[in-house]
Amino acid sequence: MLFKLEPRGDASITMSYLSPVLAGILTLITGGIFFASLGHNPIDALSIFLLSPVSDLYGLAELGVKAAPIMLCAIGLALTFKAQVWNIGAEGQLLMGGVLASAIALALIDVESWWVLPLVLLGGMVGGAGWGLLAAWLRNRFNANEILTTIMFNYIALYFLLYLIHGSLKDPDGYGFPESALFSDSALMPIILQDTRLHLGIIFAVLAVVAAWVFISRSFVGFQIKVLGLDSNAAKLSGFKHKRLVVLVMMISGALAGLAGAGEVSGPIGQLIPSISPGYGYAAIIVAFLGRLNPIGIFFASLLMALIYMGGEIAQIELKVPLAVTSLFQGMLLFYLLACDVFINFKVKFAGKKTADKISVPTNTVVEK
Amino acid sequence: MNRPTVESSVNLYQLQLVDITKQYPGCLANDKVSLAIKAGEIHALLGENGAGKSTLMKMIYGVTKPDGGQIIWQGNNVDIKSPLMARNMGIGMVFQHFSLFETLTVTENIALALGDEAGDLKALASKIELVSEKYGMKLNPERHIHTLSVGERQRVEIVRCLVQDIKLLILDEPTSVLTPQEVDALFVTLRQLAQDGCSILFISHKLNEVKALCHSATVLRAGKVTGSCIPAQAGTTKMAQLMVGDDTPISTDYPKSTGADVFLNVTDLSQVSDDPFGTHLKNINFSVRSGEILGVAGVAGNGQEELLAALSGEHISSSSDKISFADKAVGTMDPRERRALGLAFVPEERLGRGAVPEMSLKDNSLLTGFLHGLVNKGFLNNEKMEEFSNQIIKDYKVKTPDNKTAAQSLSGGNLQKFIIGREIMQNPKLLVAAHPTWGVDIGAATAIHKALITLRDQGAAILVVSEDIDELFLISDRLCAICDGELSPTKATTDTSIEEVGQWMTGVF
Amino acid sequence: MDIDLITNVLYAMVRTGTPLLIVALGELVCEKSGVLNLGQEGMMLMGAVIGFIVTLTTGSLALGFIAAIIAGIVMSMMFAAIALGLSANQVATGLALTIFGTGLSAFIGSSYVGLPITGLNPIAIPVLSDIPIVGKMLFAQDLIVYLSFVLFAIIYWLFKHSRLGLTIKAVGENPHAANVIGLPVMRTRYLAVAFGGAMAGLAGGYLSLAYTPLWAENMTAGRGWIALALVVFATWRAERIILGAYLFGLASILNLVAQGLGYPVSPNLLAMMPYAATVLVLVMISNNVMKSKMYTPMSLGKPFHPHS
Repeated sequence: MLFKLEPRGDASITMSYLSPVLAGILTLITGGIFFASLGHNPIDALSIFLLSPVSDLYGLAELGVKAAPIMLCAIGLALTFKAQVWNIGAEGQLLMGGVLASAIALALIDVESWWVLPLVLLGGMVGGAGWGLLAAWLRNRFNANEILTTIMFNYIALYFLLYLIHGSLKDPDGYGFPESALFSDSALMPIILQDTRLHLGIIFAVLAVVAAWVFISRSFVGFQIKVLGLDSNAAKLSGFKHKRLVVLVMMISGALAGLAGAGEVSGPIGQLIPSISPGYGYAAIIVAFLGRLNPIGIFFASLLMALIYMGGEIAQIELKVPLAVTSLFQGMLLFYLLACDVFINFKVKFAGKKTADKISVPTNTVVEK
Repeated sequence: MNRPTVESSVNLYQLQLVDITKQYPGCLANDKVSLAIKAGEIHALLGENGAGKSTLMKMIYGVTKPDGGQIIWQGNNVDIKSPLMARNMGIGMVFQHFSLFETLTVTENIALALGDEAGDLKALASKIELVSEKYGMKLNPERHIHTLSVGERQRVEIVRCLVQDIKLLILDEPTSVLTPQEVDALFVTLRQLAQDGCSILFISHKLNEVKALCHSATVLRAGKVTGSCIPAQAGTTKMAQLMVGDDTPISTDYPKSTGADVFLNVTDLSQVSDDPFGTHLKNINFSVRSGEILGVAGVAGNGQEELLAALSGEHISSSSDKISFADKAVGTMDPRERRALGLAFVPEERLGRGAVPEMSLKDNSLLTGFLHGLVNKGFLNNEKMEEFSNQIIKDYKVKTPDNKTAAQSLSGGNLQKFIIGREIMQNPKLLVAAHPTWGVDIGAATAIHKALITLRDQGAAILVVSEDIDELFLISDRLCAICDGELSPTKATTDTSIEEVGQWMTGVF
Repeated sequence: MDIDLITNVLYAMVRTGTPLLIVALGELVCEKSGVLNLGQEGMMLMGAVIGFIVTLTTGSLALGFIAAIIAGIVMSMMFAAIALGLSANQVATGLALTIFGTGLSAFIGSSYVGLPITGLNPIAIPVLSDIPIVGKMLFAQDLIVYLSFVLFAIIYWLFKHSRLGLTIKAVGENPHAANVIGLPVMRTRYLAVAFGGAMAGLAGGYLSLAYTPLWAENMTAGRGWIALALVVFATWRAERIILGAYLFGLASILNLVAQGLGYPVSPNLLAMMPYAATVLVLVMISNNVMKSKMYTPMSLGKPFHPHS
């Protein structure tokens, strides 16, 4: 080894903000090389991928349409991650939210009244929060690992949606297609920018960002969540209620993801279909990390992630590359981020061969007695 | 064991260190340290916590490399590259924090360290039995480590060194985990080893032990050798001076107190541990009066953690009247409710329980201070937090750039002063402190002792759990000991002796 | 239920359980050494797609399987470089590996979706395969299934009787102590992760070259995650992993059973079964906190950073 890592002692704040930027640049470079290897001019390809989607007002509005669900999911995930609760289930919570919201919208399909939409959205939040609560309960009551249960719940939610859409929620006049009927106007999200699809969802997302920021940085419950995540022993000794905090973050997280799901079915989609989310719940995991679990950071990271989604769609048409290029970029971004994050706590020390031995001592200075 | 014949005076020394220097980021851990050990000599390396003793012996054992200086082994200049190489040269080391694997057996543990040399496990097991009997350290090779007491674990570490052909044995603070009786037994073993020609490097800060055991001593302070002496002749006062310097005041005596009414009362507390490697508490009874310090002695792992968790409320009792504060039953209350009734708590792990390592001192003051006006209608009161944390830093002389510094970047002694200050500033009626001075330098330890005595004199009830029997005799008004989850009778400090408490620690009561 | 149905269900159970068994054995070794690699799904998918493409282009199944194993190892080394080399958070890095592997495999394989190959054929062992009920299950399988039996035996022996197994356990329990007594902590962990990668690649290859045999995006359908749950279920013991793998195999082919018995149940509900079973099993096993603590490798998921 030509270099070695040395603990900094104190985490570098600068590096923790620089790291996502660095990861973004590395992803761009790798993406460029990647497009070049497919025979495209890397600069042109990248500009098609990242600039052309937002070159007009409609494109910018679409960015908001896609960023809203990602942002909602990521804000919730950030809360759980702060508490060291590894909720990987935003996707399933989003789906369950979408399902319950759809069920309500379809039940009220003949009602024309202002309270239909709030009820639909509330239904979405309840659906998502309930799905999150179930995982929290299994963790608290049975000690079941939440990473695995929430992943499983994602699959179960997907098959549950498919089951309903082939059954009781299927449009009776839909010629057998697995789709629900179109929602009535009173169950649809109002458009906030004319001639685009930008709907109320983005307002909710921004409100969630602000509320989460206040909650995490100024409230005592937010402080308890941070302590729980950093040092559960200290939380226990201080008498913070571990299980209640787990339930709280999982329910908030589920409710936000459920709201995102409700926003999709009652927003740009307008009905329940088999694929209401192109993996927004998974992308939100990356966004939460990329945004440093900080609501403001998540705001910007969500926009970037939405851009990657749009870029993938355009690249599929213009550059004839598979749509999977989206998830490829997402994965790359997260990998680079994790690698760059190392420099928050460690500094690189270049060294000659002499000190490159691998012998070590325990890093923790406080050792158990 | 090879008995080296001293064939010539050239090769008189088993090990010589010449001008060993080691620089860590921000600290010169060893500054031109030199010492020499003859074959069959028991040599003490004396020094306070943080004096650089551990760094030095890690270099001898090949765990770390020196930046400068020479290590001379049997007259030859050597570069010890790894623990494996050190072991092959005949150097063995017994760590303070044992390097054993809980879920494996004694034989498996020893086999792992021996490498290919271990050979057949059955043959190794009988060799272990042979060696352990020869040196009076009975061991069952088939036992799993997690079933062994701390003293037995230390035997495993020592036997692990002895099954090989050993010429130098390094022991790092070996007595800190033993009862006085076990210490005596260990000394018998070590003397026998030295008789057989093995050199021993005995690392300690306990002067009486060094005086009783060692042929010679080298004293370190702040990374430098401050002197060497023959302990039997030099006397403990001289060695103490070399260790801490002239300007550090060492208190040797505090007035004792008898206290007023009983504040903490524990009645028939029995509890099954929920940790597979834990200790069950058996029928524990004791009380602490306001205005007195009760000391609980004991070897680690005998139920201290479980007792402390039961007192702090981290482990909630089955019925509420097992534990009471001033006649109010609190057994089923959580830590927060108990704090509201006047409990303060200083845990053993100061980083990662007493304080959140990554958080600032300001945030860490909120950790237990939240009941005292730092939170307003669910939101944090920034000014109060600022005020409270700065007050702790000022009153308890915590050395830190400011209150925004992360807890993990403070030294052990300073962080402990901060935590004790944070707890005392909340005017507790009962303070429970676990191992309040382990690993801190003598200056900080004295400050902490004084703070505890002051709090006692203000009328608080104080319970101190410690493995350091000298500390307990120094500050406690009454004493007891815990062994295998059972508590000994309690006696006034003035009416008991180290020998008696030592007996209690082994379960004889 | 007639004998034929039982025989066939048992046969399909083992066949379906095999990829789970292989991944879970790999993850077992990895976790025993103290490393939690949540990237199984990503590594499997890469194994599946690379194996498929190589076999399709060369016509050789053997080359396909070798390529699948190599793909798994390469992926696992990406994880190792970040999680071990740079001591990053293992949970996050494993997730990244899965997301990355899912994307990359979909990308590479997009033009191969649905193309046909000739998959691995079963080899019936004469006489033995004619034993009623269990004969077909144990002795009329393909080579990889037989290989999985051997792998199981090796892993079982490794942790029961070998010095290597002892070293892996020690490193997973207390890397600091292991390092101090001179065990090669990092090397052991790298190798354990690589083994896990190889197994995941092989299991992925099994899906695309023998089980289906074709390539489809996301074709592992959560098997990598189920395997992770399987290791927990097995409380880190090989003999229980094999049991669990076949139980999950059974849960996955319930539709076959339902059809055979003539019960029409919605395929979407049946498709939930393996996932629901996973949750159920996790709940049952983890509920005993004492036992979980006893068997979980003590330093699982905690980074170890050697610095001199």
